[in-house]
Parts: sequence; structure tokens; C-alpha cells
Amino acid sequence: MVHGEAWTIKEFFVYPNEYIYWTIQIVMYPFMTGLVAGAFVLSSLYHVFGVKQLKDIARFSLVFSFALLPVAMMPLLFHLLQPQRGIYVMLTPHFSSAIAAFGIVFTTYGMIVASELWFVYRKYFVETALELRKVGGRTFGQHFRHLLYSILTLGAWDISEHALERDEKAVRVLAGGGIPVACFLHGYAGFIFGSVKANALWMTPLMPVIFICSAVVSGIALCMITYIVTMEIRKLIVAWKRKQYPELPSPEELKSAEVQVVTMTARYLIMFLILAITLELLDLIFRGYTAVKSWDILRSVIYGKDFVSIFILQYGIGNLVPFILFLLPRLTIRRAVVGTMLVLLGVFMMRWNVVIGGQAFSSSFAGFMEYRLPIWPGSMELYREGLFGALTVAVTPFILFWILTKILPVFDVKDSH
Amino acid sequence: MITRRNFCKKTMLLVGGLAIPLAAFELFDPKKLLADKSDNARERWVFLVDTYKCTGCGFCVKACKIENEVPYDANVTRTWVERYVITKDGRTFADTPKGARDGFTTGKIALGEGMFQEIGNEDIDKAFFVPKLCNQCDNPPCVQVCPVGATYQTADGVVLVDRTWCIGCGYCIMGCPYGVRFFHPVYHVAEKCNFCYHRITKGMKSACVDACPFDARRIGNIKDPDDPVTKIIMTERVGILKEEYGTKPQVFYIGLSKEVK
Repeated sequence: MVHGEAWTIKEFFVYPNEYIYWTIQIVMYPFMTGLVAGAFVLSSLYHVFGVKQLKDIARFSLVFSFALLPVAMMPLLFHLLQPQRGIYVMLTPHFSSAIAAFGIVFTTYGMIVASELWFVYRKYFVETALELRKVGGRTFGQHFRHLLYSILTLGAWDISEHALERDEKAVRVLAGGGIPVACFLHGYAGFIFGSVKANALWMTPLMPVIFICSAVVSGIALCMITYIVTMEIRKLIVAWKRKQYPELPSPEELKSAEVQVVTMTARYLIMFLILAITLELLDLIFRGYTAVKSWDILRSVIYGKDFVSIFILQYGIGNLVPFILFLLPRLTIRRAVVGTMLVLLGVFMMRWNVVIGGQAFSSSFAGFMEYRLPIWPGSMELYREGLFGALTVAVTPFILFWILTKILPVFDVKDSH
Repeated sequence: MITRRNFCKKTMLLVGGLAIPLAAFELFDPKKLLADKSDNARERWVFLVDTYKCTGCGFCVKACKIENEVPYDANVTRTWVERYVITKDGRTFADTPKGARDGFTTGKIALGEGMFQEIGNEDIDKAFFVPKLCNQCDNPPCVQVCPVGATYQTADGVVLVDRTWCIGCGYCIMGCPYGVRFFHPVYHVAEKCNFCYHRITKGMKSACVDACPFDARRIGNIKDPDDPVTKIIMTERVGILKEEYGTKPQVFYIGLSKEVK
């Protein structure tokens, strides 16, 4: 069977070689990179612009951004028909292609996040390593942790006031430099689509900007929801532990801190959401107004075939409803959870409508293609390009985050940052 | 301890020292040297399709599949023939069942998913066939977007795919406005028509040209003024497909109609 035949339904006049070649994994790719970029921008708001209220979530989202980073590459490897050759993008980059820069942008960004993390956690590494050094008769686990943290210090053991000040400065510089790189990482994912002149729906110079804005929206939303979930778990743990250690903060104290962070973060989310929707609507209006050759088929896709996923799921449930939920006064945690979930759905649907919607019509402008998401992974191909492949990609960052927090705790770390 | 003055001095020296060997790239540009020794490629392959002559028999598609080892029953093909039917009420119908590998065996228009549209002969204003293949564009978007350089344009204008280097990302398939590219069902890399490069470079015609019983398909060298194909392209009225994409396609059509997609 030809690649693409399993999930493509053709209607009317479609060229014989046309199938939906870019499927769920290519939806996941901008969605995941968007989360990476958004999480990083959120952490930078504190580090660079000194938004004090975001202090708690800043460290959290930085670690999360790092956990998401390898996952941004995963959908691409799932998608390639020759994944073992994926490294060729780094070996023989063909720079007239938008994808060729991926390796460079991705590694640059990865190094920035890694070094920022190192500066943020350096004091913690040193302190933990020194503490473990004092312990006599270390168990195997302690020995391993001592070794790990000693290596992680990279030989920089100086944690004097002066050294820490310089750390802080480095974090500020890296976070500041990281913002344009994060935006580039994602804007360029938008460029990959926006520059395909053969695709009438994709080709618009607004695409990178739209991608960046919705990336920040989704990144903030994901950090918020993960933050809330971990805070809830912490509250449970604290309530249980307080029976023995009454000096711990009470669940009420934690809750008020949580509400404050969430309210503040929601404000930034709304700002970027407005920007994203404005640009998307501008694009839509412009297409309708100029009505070039492709508009006839685009209109029948946008207002006909994809109406539910665009106007109901993306703009309605994914944008308008959370917009109202966040704007209503006295934001509660429960409302924030619903809002952020819907925002994530909205951004995911936006990616879906761009990637799948862009292939919903033939280049002949006289036929349609419908995508049927493969559910049951009956073969390797159906797994990679189906629901379970996408779920694998979606679950991995949480596993990585969990592992990372074993080494880099995101809560209750006393430091100067 | 290095002084600031000393540091600046050494930096300047380093930059200057690096600049000299780098300048050699400009002095001895390998491309320029090559161009000086041999004149530019003597060939630029072009294709000429006479739609008036095409009867939609599908011999070209069959010949192509066999010659280029594209699995015979796979629903992909390097070349195909489209049928257009324009009815008296101004509607345009088009189809290409299995790329017209077996020709057009019924008067019904295929609508996909096993659906057909029956059109009475008395309702038809005009009907014709249009063979399609890779346009071997002068400005090929597929080459531009390949992230690893696995697809490239030869000096004589044909766009080829390196099967050992293609990563299978599908960006070239997305980038082609003509829909000529697909994934090869056996090799799992990008695949396309290459004017039977293995044949034309040995003085033969492409398989589809040889198979066409009506002379609807012809291949030629536009750099040779005596080539009959060149003469027709230069002196007669020919059209190209989807000019608006700026790809500068090199497959020329006689009798192209506005309904052709």
C-alpha cells in the first residue's frame, strides 16, 4: 500500500499522487515546539523583566521547557520515512530549505536552556554535593547522587555572594537572549508552512507570527495546568505531613499563593491570546477580501468541510470560552483549570486546522481529501502516524519532567534567583 | 597577563591572517574555474505535449510504470493522463482513474470512493485529455525545500532524487504545485518523473514518448535550434501549467484549455 493511502479519502478530482502526507505527527510538531517556546518565554518574564509574581512558576516552566525540548524532535522522527537518516539534516544541511536550519536552531536553543538551568541550579548542585560529601558511609544511592551533583557543578564550587550575583547576571543574559531564539525556533516552524507556495492555505507571511503567539499561549497554558496539578498534590502531601511537622506552610497559605500566581499568569495568557486571534482573523478576512484563485476552494474548506473544527472547536470552545472564563472577575483554580485545558485544545485545533486543513483540498482546486486518523496501531506505519504515536509524543514530556525533577527540584529551593 | 593593547593587536593579526586564506575562495572559485574549462551544458531537456493528439489510451502510463519500476498496482504514478469533460451548463468534470494506466474504459466520470457521474453525450460541450508529468522546472520548489539536498537539478535541467540520501520528510511533495511527487512504495523515499534520465542521456527517448502511438508526447533539447521540438516551442503557440507559481515549468502544451487544473 502506498504511504498515505490508509488514511486518505479522496473526493472529486484529486491528482493521482496526492495523499495526506503530513499527518498527526506534523500537528504534534508545532504543538510541542510551541509548548517549549511558550514555557521558556514564561520563565523569562520573571528572569528578564522581573515580574516578581511569576517567580514561583518561572523555575518550574524553565525545567518544563527543558523536558519538552527533546519531545519537539520526536514527532519529526516518527514522521520521517527514513528516520535513521534524520541526522543528515545536520550533516548536509541544504540551507535553501526551511527545515535545514532545524538542527542549528534546535541545538542553539537547547544549549541556552541547558546553560540557563545550570546557572539557576548551580548553588543547589554545590550545596547538595557538599552535604552528601559530609555523610559518612554513603549508601549506593547517596554515592550516586554525590557523584552526579559533583559532576553537575562542572568544577565550579564557588557559591560566595559575589559568585552568585554573577550567576544571576548570566541567567538574565541567557533568558534575554533565549527569548528571540525561542521565538525563532517556533516562528521558523511557522515559516516551514508559510513558505510553501504550492499550498494556498499555508502561504502567508503572517504564519510565523501567528505560530509564535499561539505558541506562547499554549506554553503558558500548559505550565499553568501542570503547576496547578503539582500544587494540588503538594497541598495534599503538606496536609498529611503537617500532623508531624506543624512548621510546614498550611494548605491555605499554599492556596493563596497558588491563586495569585495563576491570576497573574492568566493575564499574560489573555494578552497573547488576543494577539493570536487578531492575526488569525486578519488572515482570514484578508483571504476573503482579496479572493484570489484559491479562495473558492479555501472557502468551501473553511466554511464547509472544516467548519466544526475551525469555528466551533478552535475559535469557539478553544478561544472564546476560555477568554470569557479568564476575564470574569475573581478567578478560581477550578475555572483556571477548565480555561487552560480549553486553551490547549484551541491551540491544538489551530495546528490541526493548519496542517490537516491545508491538505483537505487538492492542488487541482477541484477535489477534496479527508483525513481519517488511524486509531488501532495495526502496523508500524499506523502506529507512527496514528493516535497512539501522537499519545506517545504527548506523554513523554511529563515522564521526562518527572525524571528531571528528581535531579532539579522545582519547589522549596532556597536561592537568590 | 595579557594587556588590552596586546589583546587587540593579536586579535587584529588573527582576523587578518584568517582573511587571507578565506580570500582564496573568491580568487579560485571552483565553479568559475569549471565554467572556464567547459562550456555550459549542451542540453536542456524539455517536453512537448500535443493535447489534440492524445486519446487517453494510457500506454504512456503503463510503459512508465514498467520502465521505472513503480509497482504496477500501486495507486501512484510518475506520469498520468487526465480527462476533462465540460458540459453545456458550464460545469467541468475531470478524472484520472488509476492515473489512466488502463486508459478510460467507461464514459462515466470517477468521483472517488467508487462514485461515478454519468454524463450524456448530448450534454457535452467539449472533452479532451491532458497528459501530465514532472515539469522539470527551471526554478524547482522541490529542490529548494529539500532539507538535505537529496533532490537536485542536473546541468541539463532534470530534477533527480538521491534514494540513498532522502530522509522521507515529504517537504518536496508538499512543495510541488503539480502533485507529481510521491513516496515510492518499495524504497520509501521521494519519487518522481525524471524524463527517463537513464534513457535520454544515452540518446534514447523516454519510455512514455516511445510508447505513445499518436505522437502526443515528445521530448527534445531546447538548446538545439534544429530540434523539431525546439522549433515548435519557439514558433508555435504553446502553454505551460500553473505559471503563477513562478516555477518556470519546462513541459509545454499545445491546445491547453482554461479548464485544465
